[in-house]
Amino acid sequence: MIMFAIVSIAILVTMALALIRALRGPTVYDRVLAVNMFGTKTALLLSVVAFLYGRPDFLDLALAYALINFVGVLAVLEFFQKRSAAKTSQSKD
Amino acid sequence: MIDLILDGLSWGLLMLGSGFVVVGGIGALRLPSFYTRMHAASLTDTMGTILILAGIILQAGLSLAAIKLFAILIFLLLTGPTATYALANAALLSGVKPELDCDESEEPLKK
Repeated sequence: MIMFAIVSIAILVTMALALIRALRGPTVYDRVLAVNMFGTKTALLLSVVAFLYGRPDFLDLALAYALINFVGVLAVLEFFQKRSAAKTSQSKD
Repeated sequence: MIDLILDGLSWGLLMLGSGFVVVGGIGALRLPSFYTRMHAASLTDTMGTILILAGIILQAGLSLAAIKLFAILIFLLLTGPTATYALANAALLSGVKPELDCDESEEPLKK
């Protein structure tokens, strides 16, 4: 039981560091990178917490969160890629 | 006896995995440029995920939970590099240049 507590504390520390990077990040891609990292760490944390509290139904939440996080990051990237492409073509005109 | 071995093995895997995760988090915060930070973040995505989930699977034993954990592991391993590739592609297309150690005007491969 204590090992799950140690692992969840380590993952929480990493999530805090990723949040600091997301707030500080100079470019928008740094922020997307940090948010993506935060999301995958959330899926990991959910699967650790499922065993920490002995509730295996949390594993379904972890699976769903991993799916949603992936699709969300790809959608955000597509959005910013289109916007930056439009910006560069505008500045060329 | 076999329980003790499995417990020790999963302790080792979980501690190694949390070490990888924390190191990757520190790297993602402190490394100097965008692409190096991406390298640190992908460390937590692959090695940390594999080690931690393998440690939990050893604790779960043969059950439905182990199958679900295996599905999470496979899914994270498939999506992590894909998201990182899409991120690097988008950043490169929008003009975030990698910082090079040598002068960009001279060709690095020419001797």
